[in-house]
Order: sequence, then C-alpha cells, then structure tokens
Amino acid sequence: MTTGIQSINKKSKYNPDNIRETFPILKREINGKPLIYFDNAATTQKPLSVINAISDYYISYNANIHRGVHTLAEKATEAYEATRKKVRDYIVAKSSEEIIFTYGTTDGINLVAHSLGKTYLNKGDEVIISEMEHHSNIVPWQMICDELGAVLKVIPVNDSGELEIEAYKKILNGRTRIVSIVHVSNTLGTINPIKEIIKEAHKYGAKVLIDGAQAAAHIDIDVQDLDCDLYAFSSHKMFGPTGVGVLYGKSDLLNEMIPYRGGGEMIKEVTFEKTTYNDLPFKFEAGTPNIADVIGFSEAIKFIEGFNKEELFQREMELLHYATERLSEIEGIRFIGTAKEKISVISFVIDQIHPFDVGVMLDAGGIAVRTGHHCTQPLMNRFEIEGTIRVSLSIYNTKAEIDILVNKLKVISKIKRS
Amino acid sequence: MSKPSINLIQDEIIDEFSFLDDDMESTIFYIMELGNKLDPIGEKYRVDSNLIKGCQSKVWLVADLKGEHLVLKADSNTDITKGLISLLIRVLSDQELGDIINADLYFIDKIGMSKIIGSQRSNGLAAMIKQIKLYALAYKTKLQSQS
Repeated sequence: MTTGIQSINKKSKYNPDNIRETFPILKREINGKPLIYFDNAATTQKPLSVINAISDYYISYNANIHRGVHTLAEKATEAYEATRKKVRDYIVAKSSEEIIFTYGTTDGINLVAHSLGKTYLNKGDEVIISEMEHHSNIVPWQMICDELGAVLKVIPVNDSGELEIEAYKKILNGRTRIVSIVHVSNTLGTINPIKEIIKEAHKYGAKVLIDGAQAAAHIDIDVQDLDCDLYAFSSHKMFGPTGVGVLYGKSDLLNEMIPYRGGGEMIKEVTFEKTTYNDLPFKFEAGTPNIADVIGFSEAIKFIEGFNKEELFQREMELLHYATERLSEIEGIRFIGTAKEKISVISFVIDQIHPFDVGVMLDAGGIAVRTGHHCTQPLMNRFEIEGTIRVSLSIYNTKAEIDILVNKLKVISKIKRS
Repeated sequence: MSKPSINLIQDEIIDEFSFLDDDMESTIFYIMELGNKLDPIGEKYRVDSNLIKGCQSKVWLVADLKGEHLVLKADSNTDITKGLISLLIRVLSDQELGDIINADLYFIDKIGMSKIIGSQRSNGLAAMIKQIKLYALAYKTKLQSQS
C-alpha cells in the first residue's frame, strides 16, 4: 500500500506542511476551529503509515504469532519480530533478545519493580527515585518497597527543575540496590544527565532503570553508550499506537530476573510439578501480545528515521525557544521548569487564573493542552502549586499555531483582569 | 411569591444561552463571567467536610433545610466551575426536596456543558449534582420519619 508518508520518507528535509499532510487528524476541527494539538507529551498523533499498517494486519494477515505453522501465522510472526529488530537498532541494543514488548512504560516499570525487586531487594535495601518522577515511577517502587521492607530515597529538584546531582551522590551508598530515574521530565521537559547518574550508581553496584517515555521521540538513545541496565518507553509517545511499550534490559540481568506474568508463550515446559521458563525475550511476554500495534510501531520508528533526526530535534528546539519567548508576553505568566537542557515541553501558570479554566477555554478555541498535575503530584508540592498548563510541541506544530495560542492566552488574561 | 419551577428556570437559561449561537468560546467566557459574579461562600465553609474533590477543580457545597426546601451555597477554586455552580444554584436552590430528587437537568446538555460536567475526573461538578440529590433525599427521609 502506498501512503503519503512513503514519498517523503527518504531522509526528507524538515517541512511542517509535508509532515502535517501525513497526519489525517490534523485536518479536523474542534468547536468549529482548526485543531491545534499541543498535548504531544501525553500522546502524539499517528501518521497514516502507522494507521495503515495496523489495518493492513487485520485485513491481510491476522493470526496469532510464534506457534502456528500456517502462512498467516508465519507472516504475522515475521512482522512482529521485525519490529523487535527495528527497536533494537533504534536504541542500539546488543541483541533482539534484550527487547521485551510491554503494554507501555508503566507496564515496563511495574515489570522491573516486581521482577528486579524480588530478585535484588532485601529488607533495609534502598531504591532511589527523584522528586520529578511520574507517578508510574513512584507507586510501583512504593509497593515493592512496602512488600519487602526496602527503603525509598528521593533525589531533590532545584528551583529550575533540575535534579540536584550532589544530593544524589550523597544519597547513594552501599545499601542502594536500584536507581530508577526519568530521562526527560513529562512536566518540566528537563533532560536529566542520566549517563552521569548511571555511572555513579554503578560505583555502588546498583542497577539502573531509566523511564524514557518522554525521551524516545526527542533524543537519540544508545543504551550501550548510556550503560543503563534497563530502559522503558512507550510507542504512543513517538507516533506509534497505544498499548505497546518496550523494556530494554541487559541480557545477563534479564536472565537473572524472575518472570512477571505467567501463562502461554513464556514457558518451555509445563507439568503440574514444575514449569521451566522460556528464553529471552519470551520469558517476559506471557499471553498473546498486542500484535497489530507492535506491527504499527515499526512504522512509527520508520517515520522518525525517515528524517534527519538532528534536523528534527533542532526544529523542535526552535519551536521551544519561539514559544517560550512569545509566551513571556503573557501578563502574570510563570514558567515551571527552566532547566538548561530541555525538550519541547513548556509548563506554566498564570497569576490568578486556574489551569483548568485555561484548559477549557483553549479547548473552546480548538487548542488542546494538558492542565493539572500531570501525574507528578510530589513535583507540584515541590513548587507549591496545584497544577500547570503544559504545552508540549511536536514536529508537526508550527510557529503560526504558537501565535494563535499566545493571542488566546492574552485574551483570557485580559478578561480575567478586566 | 414562590420560586419558579425547576424546568421554568432551565428554559430561561437555555433561552439566555441561545444568544451565544452555540459558539463554544463565547459560551465559556459567559460562564466565566457568571462565575466571577457568584458570591463567595466564606472561608468558614471552605472546609474539607464540605469539599467535593475533582482531579483539577474543587467544589465546596453547603445544603441547609428551610421548611421543605433545600437552600444551597457553593463555591469552587476555578471560575468555570463557579459559573456552572451559579447556574445549578439558580435552578435547584430553594426548591422543594421532592422536585430536586426528581429533577432532570436537561439544560446542561442544551447549553453544551455536558462535556465539562460529565468529566468527573477533572472536576467535582458531576459529584456535586449527585451530592445535592443525596442531601435532598436525606432531608426528605428525615422529615418523613419525624411526621
């Protein structure tokens, strides 16, 4: 099937008009106004190539994978496993067996908290997270720490929204067994110095999980260069379908870890007396996986790789700087998260106006932003706010859209102050 | 003079909003204006026991019995929720208990606000409506047991 995207997918020069053409949803209107989608940190929109790949699977070769010997099963298995190889290349893993498909980043973190936790943690051992973590990288650790009597330690965040690395170094000690840190903050946009964080943790023999949900679409990831032990991310935040995630793990570590879920696919042999588990990566993939969306995910990676990534990221930075500059014109605005190293996520509050009101009013004008605590309540407490308005930009956004946002915010601010 | 019926007030509101021509931005701005005009409930009522907490906006609700009528006071930390509260109070406050329990609040959908009110995760309004009806039911049961 030929799609619009294939024609521009040859390391194209960045061109927002061409890119927008490949996202059908961007043509729709909301409340009679053209949609302006600034909620990309929650989920990105999907290019036609991804949508087509999913429907093509169901139309042409829907079958369960790995076990069947018939043609459809073989074709489905081939497409599913091709995605695994694509992911391996995308994050520069050593082998495909180190790529485990999950249902998303949250699922991956829960897998690690359970399986690594039960393999590695004893009473009194310590797990380090940070003050800027998403609830998905807090709650699973609280649960396992409560269960095993381990202790959760938290790296503080400074006023700019950056991790206090010196404080981290002081928290690390011989009892630290696991460090689980976000690569890029979903609320602040801060890019954390994870290479340094990983290196410091390894000095104490601790294993490191990186929550890469917000990083995967914006930053080059090389898990071998980072030397992280585990790295989790989601397809749907990088133009792919929902319900698919990846957990990368060093194979030695994954082999040590106990399985998370039991069922079909993850076993070698089952008797009522004893079950032997399958090899990697299948040991962690119990049950029929989300085949169609894994296949769709492959197209999402192709989509990103179709461009010169450096140029794409530079354009995102250009949008970030333009939006930050223009938003500064709003009376009473205060940015939450002003780190030196950021992706294209801008969180802010406007004096005397509740983020909920701003979100609803912008939606009335066709603009989608996220408001609230962004599943980072401890971070909101740190900045002593209830929530923020978050504008998260992607490659299909334009400066003209940012201008419309700023003009609407000026009207809202004026009405409130009149 | 007794207060007009629940449905009569709802029809008045629908009529007022019809001048906004279903334009969502104008509707929201108008609701915000209504919110700005709502009398503050007073700090002594903004306590946890009166709080209906949504994910983003909070609602404080006080319901007192006056004869066989329920008198409502409410407040919120967001202007849009306050605007919608002012409409709910206009419709339901000082009405008979049985009428409140049986009220079909069709005006919410007609003025295009069901999307906001229905989103219980993001605001406390849906819970507020439920709570008002529960208050009415509780007071009615209490009055019946006394008679």
